[in-house]
Amino acid sequence: MTRKQRRAAFIVVALGILGLAVGLVLYAMSDSIVYFYSPSDVVERGVEPGERIRLGGLVEQDSLQDLGDATVRFNVTDFVETFTVTYRGVLPDLFREGQGVITEGAFDEAGGFTADNVLAKHDEYYMPPEVADALKKSGNWQGEGAEKSHSETYGQGSYP
Amino acid sequence: MIVELGHFALVLALGVSLVQMAVPAIGAHRREAPLMRVAEPAALLQFALVALAFAALTYAFVVSDFSVKLVYDNSHSAKPLIYKVSGVWGNHEGSMVLWVLILALFGALVALFGNNLPDTLRARVLAVQASIAVAFLLFILFTSNPFLRLDPAPFEGQGLNPILQDRALAFHPPWLYAGYVGFSMTFSFAVAALIEGRVDASWARWVRPWTLAAWLSLTIGIAMGSWWAYYTLGWGGFWFWDPVENASLMPWIAGTALLHSAIVAEKRGALKSWTILLAILAFSLSLLGTFLVRSGVLTSVHAFAVDPARGSFILGILIVFVGGSLALYAWRAPMLKTGGLFAPLSRESALLMNNMLLSAAVASVFVGTLYPLLLDGLTGMKITVGPPFFNYTFVPIFVPLLCLVPLGPLLGWKRADVKAAAERLLAAAGLALVACLATFAVAHDGPWLAPFGMALAVWLVAGAASEIAWRIKLFSTPLAESLGRARRLPRAAWGTALAHGGLGIAVAGIVGVTAWRAELITSLAPGESAEIAGYTLTLEQVGLRDGPNYEATVGVVRVARDGRELGTLLPEKRRFPAERQEKTEAAIRTNGFADLYVVLGERAGDGKWVLRAYHNNLAPWIWIGGAIMALGGAMSLMDRRLRVGAPTGARARLAPAPAE
Repeated sequence: MTRKQRRAAFIVVALGILGLAVGLVLYAMSDSIVYFYSPSDVVERGVEPGERIRLGGLVEQDSLQDLGDATVRFNVTDFVETFTVTYRGVLPDLFREGQGVITEGAFDEAGGFTADNVLAKHDEYYMPPEVADALKKSGNWQGEGAEKSHSETYGQGSYP
Repeated sequence: MIVELGHFALVLALGVSLVQMAVPAIGAHRREAPLMRVAEPAALLQFALVALAFAALTYAFVVSDFSVKLVYDNSHSAKPLIYKVSGVWGNHEGSMVLWVLILALFGALVALFGNNLPDTLRARVLAVQASIAVAFLLFILFTSNPFLRLDPAPFEGQGLNPILQDRALAFHPPWLYAGYVGFSMTFSFAVAALIEGRVDASWARWVRPWTLAAWLSLTIGIAMGSWWAYYTLGWGGFWFWDPVENASLMPWIAGTALLHSAIVAEKRGALKSWTILLAILAFSLSLLGTFLVRSGVLTSVHAFAVDPARGSFILGILIVFVGGSLALYAWRAPMLKTGGLFAPLSRESALLMNNMLLSAAVASVFVGTLYPLLLDGLTGMKITVGPPFFNYTFVPIFVPLLCLVPLGPLLGWKRADVKAAAERLLAAAGLALVACLATFAVAHDGPWLAPFGMALAVWLVAGAASEIAWRIKLFSTPLAESLGRARRLPRAAWGTALAHGGLGIAVAGIVGVTAWRAELITSLAPGESAEIAGYTLTLEQVGLRDGPNYEATVGVVRVARDGRELGTLLPEKRRFPAERQEKTEAAIRTNGFADLYVVLGERAGDGKWVLRAYHNNLAPWIWIGGAIMALGGAMSLMDRRLRVGAPTGARARLAPAPAE
């Protein structure tokens, strides 16, 4: 093989791998991306039963019920629309009523949402950015505190 | 007073870095030795000053000086000493000081041991390294000063996020940063070489140990982070494809590619400009990781800073360094002489193939990590790119690479006899086939891909062993001679085999956990039992326990199998009153082959407790494999030929270069 042919061979292989990568990415994009919905989004845009989504908002006060057998039910709200979420498992440490939460799962035919993953992670004041934006959109954004960093709002009584 | 000294030292370090950035570069340009010689003392002084600043900050944390805002925000007098110290970098400002400290340390090492480098190259490397220090010192001093005081001083601090109060996590950031910043060294060498317009063997000999050291640190850092996530987050998973994790994975993959291409650059003088490009990319990805994690673009436990000024500052640093170095590359790289022809079937080609696949893997992670951010920025649409995306993209790219790993080290340079190499791997292929069939026979209820995964793992381990067996002529010469050969085998060869074998063990662990994990979610009253994977878990009682700065609800879970008592597991839920947070501590029982993993959940209404348990087959192997890979890196680093500053005697030069 001449130098030129050799170079051509390497370029063909490189393009082949690049093509493979692009193809895989496009395929995965069409198939495995999970969209975030606020309760209002669900009503506005509609979600097919069985479609895997993330539903996020605030956990409604006094809505948490224990159904036994490690199953809980609570409401996720953005103060405009509210949906009931059923989850079987251990709730994350930072799950609280009145706090932001993201649940991942699907709606069933009857309109109930069954989650297999509940995220409320890492920080008492951590508001998932999706939830914060959704609340701002629905006009129910209340606290600046939720947006500030952990170090600035740590311990509610802020230092003078 | 000490705190002000630290602040002052940091300002002085900035001044020294400015000198170190400018003077040696001008000296190298004009070939004036006195100017170039400024670089070494400046690098040492810069390190001393940053170390002083870091020590002052550590002192403030250790003595709980709450008049320092950073200490007040992130520490508490009741915290154990180890977490007072780790609190120094458990926050944004302190972690940036650590970043610069490691940067300055590496610069100082070049100054100390770089005598055998050409003068102009050494001066330029240190100048480039100083320019990075200048950028980050400006960032610290203007947007994230760790030495701010509070007046009046509070009596008690606010504590450290409990999730960071953990032994593995305490040392995860230093390792990770050593990795990120280690790539700054290869970056400095790459940029210096571009300015010089010349890449010679001594350049490549220097770049390899730095790449190895950075890769090794990053491997340890990532493994620690993943282990922490495994036992802390309570989901029993080891990798979540979270953007923060991806931010550290990308430089690791790019660094792995660089490690391999640097071999070609050193041994054969080929792929030089590609190696330089990879060195630039590896550090760019490290900077990108710092930006993603530190800018608040991603909200997570890592995002201490949600100050937009900081985000834009780091973005500015990112643009200047990445854009500048790539522009320099586009301008100067065509002038670099390429050398070392090789045939399409040769070790060079195999390493090139490795590089192409690794680059494609980086690209897929890059897209999966940044596409959601881009989409949000452009359209406001929120999406999540989770594990399924990476299973479809990353895995299909990585599997062919893994298949080729054992072949590479057996190929000769320049032109390889593929048939001979394949024959040496016959035994490994046979073992892989046996593993595949055996897995299929034993665990036929798992996913159909699992037996192939196990075959791949055995192929990697057996392939690594075959390489060593071939090199020491095991079975083809008397055993004594083989042992002698094993002793004389360069450490780099052992390092390669260990790293590749460790990779195989980690693959086995990943396949085991993914394919055959049993999960149990139940609620038990004290005295009740549940079954998982043949084990009987009995919740004996739930009690309270006092820790140093928390109080814990402890579940006492008795484990039995086939009527035989195996002991008790003590999963905890800890409440940290100072921080007003809770933290789950999973209890894990391991026998080296599988983990029994128990998490205590909430108390249910009827006096029962929610209990979540996993049986994770082969889970420990993920980290054992990671540790072996890191050990392989350390072995290679100790190789005489790579030892920084080691004299290369005439004998070493005359001897035929031992293949990797």
